[in-house]
Amino acid sequence: MKIHEYQAKEILKQFGIPVPHGGVAQTPGEAREIARQIGAGKTMVKAQIHAGGRGKVGGIKDASSPEEVETAAEEMIGMRLVTAQTGPEGKKVRKVLVEEGLGIEKEFYLGVVLDRARACPVFMASGQGGMEIERIATETPGRVLMEHVDPSVGLRPFQVSRLAFGLGLNQAVMGKARSIFAGLYRAFYAKDCLLAEINPLVLTSGGELVALDAKMDFDDNALYRHGDISGMRDLFEEDPLEVEASRYNLNYIKLNGSVGCMVNGAGMGMATMDLIKLAGAEPANFLDLGGTANVETVKNAFKILLSDKNVRAILINIFGGILRCDTIAKGVIEASRDVGVDIPVIIRLEGTNVEEGRRFLDQSPLDLVVAVDLKDAAEKVMEVLERPSSRGGNG
Amino acid sequence: MSILIDGSTRVIIQGITGREGMFHTRQMVEYGTKVVSGVTPGKGGQRVDGIPVFNTVSEAVGTTGATVSAIFVPPAFAADAIMEAADSGVSLIVCFADGIPTLDMLTVSHYLKKKGVKLIGPNTPGIISPGKCKIGLMAGYIHKEGSVGIVSRSGTLTYEMVYQLTRRGIGQSTCVGIGGDQIIGLSFVDFLELFEQDSNTEAVVLIGEIGGTAEEGAAEYIRKRVTKPVVSFIAGRTAPPGRRMGHAGAIISGGRGMAVEKIRALEEAGARTVENPADMGEALADVLRGNEG
Repeated sequence: MKIHEYQAKEILKQFGIPVPHGGVAQTPGEAREIARQIGAGKTMVKAQIHAGGRGKVGGIKDASSPEEVETAAEEMIGMRLVTAQTGPEGKKVRKVLVEEGLGIEKEFYLGVVLDRARACPVFMASGQGGMEIERIATETPGRVLMEHVDPSVGLRPFQVSRLAFGLGLNQAVMGKARSIFAGLYRAFYAKDCLLAEINPLVLTSGGELVALDAKMDFDDNALYRHGDISGMRDLFEEDPLEVEASRYNLNYIKLNGSVGCMVNGAGMGMATMDLIKLAGAEPANFLDLGGTANVETVKNAFKILLSDKNVRAILINIFGGILRCDTIAKGVIEASRDVGVDIPVIIRLEGTNVEEGRRFLDQSPLDLVVAVDLKDAAEKVMEVLERPSSRGGNG
Repeated sequence: MSILIDGSTRVIIQGITGREGMFHTRQMVEYGTKVVSGVTPGKGGQRVDGIPVFNTVSEAVGTTGATVSAIFVPPAFAADAIMEAADSGVSLIVCFADGIPTLDMLTVSHYLKKKGVKLIGPNTPGIISPGKCKIGLMAGYIHKEGSVGIVSRSGTLTYEMVYQLTRRGIGQSTCVGIGGDQIIGLSFVDFLELFEQDSNTEAVVLIGEIGGTAEEGAAEYIRKRVTKPVVSFIAGRTAPPGRRMGHAGAIISGGRGMAVEKIRALEEAGARTVENPADMGEALADVLRGNEG
């Protein structure tokens, strides 16, 4: 789960990491009031969306008075920001973070992520702050400092030393740096993060180290033990159909194609998307029904897929193991009748009791196209797409 | 022959009295798996279909001489269940839970290393040596005893592959899912090594997906150490970056973990990769006939 910059900074503050003075505003008036309270000369106004690359497209502005802050906030709130990370549809700005502007001497990158292969967290640091870590790694190869952390002992002081000295920090800020490094690691662990990043950490002209921007990503599997973090979820940042699907416990990801798919299993779900692409069409989504494809889950899945107006055909691809194909076929027939599915449905069933399942489907009066295997399924998808569409031709 | 489990493997079930645990225990027993006892704290002394239930894993193992534990407890308790099993004398653990907090698995992973105990999963469909022993969620009957080893990150794609093979009359030595999470126990490399050593495995199928670098690691190992033919399919060519595709571990992040890189690495290592999952069975049949191209 992702959160906003202002929320990440609230968390970092709890772990003793200095962040700029400021506050979050939902209206231009609130923004002006926060600017007045900060009382700084230079003030930053930062659009709060779950994507980076804001600076380049007008999502970060500086102002020199509360009135200028208000104007900047007025321009930003309600605008749709399209950055390199948002996709072409962009993200609507609903909140801005108003912060004191700082005189910056130097910028650093600090981040804690998971090293999957070694099964441990890795602390990364670089003197090239302010750009994405992937770019830092490409542009200054071998210059990203890394400390792999043994999870049973945590980040050790000697590792913090290696990082801090490696960055060339001087003695005057060493104590502050140590506390920030240790704090970031503690935050990562205490809040079950998959990523905790300060980018940049800045050395100010006043000799302070401050987290100027921060990003955190949390482990969905651990949210049950972090009520404070779950409470930070911003549904506006997610696709409305994905939010609805999550209410039905469906694993759904919206894409931009015209062939909806409904599959059991994550690997098979991805493989089915790949298959649609191989056949020459574009998948409209990823959808994993999970281990139990019953009438109720199929009904909900139909509702979600049909709400996507780009969807012109639906491919159901299910391997029935312990759950038998005849049961699945009955479920699909009942669900498509109840929901009133008005576009072609191609269904490919394989596994236990497949003959009986296919017979049910063939006998159904509904527009169900039965495919005998994965290849056939792909071909039938193309055939139905060539028919005149019942939903207008915007696929 | 087979790897890790065979007809004499004695298994305990942690969480045997739960809905899932009980259902799959019955399925496994029906397949012929020797389930010797179960564990549910507080339900010691009961029986499930005649199988004795104990309060702790050490009692269950001590009394019945089991060497493998299959874990059917909910994600929030599964990490502890794995460590309990590892501390109680079993040599192999299979954990099915989908949703164990990632950081808990870091602790588990290091603990298991210290104890020298192997783990399959979590978030795995399990392992089956057809005709001998099934410790998993798969439908047993689709399998056929034979000489193809399958190792996969996906449950349903494994079933799909097994089905394609069995229909062609090609049997399997052992089929195993390594699990869809970010932090897992035995890896592709571990299983490739076991299949390479197993005299009855003639060819290996490796089914991977986006996220992480396990497939690249596997490719490196294949290039250096594997003499048996390997057929491979990687799911997720069309997956968008930054999104978790059902499995916690299936995510392209920071430009890494893409399907194309994995496919390239496997091809360069000499594995035969297939673009369409419908072709997996045929590709393997081809390889067994001696056509490498």
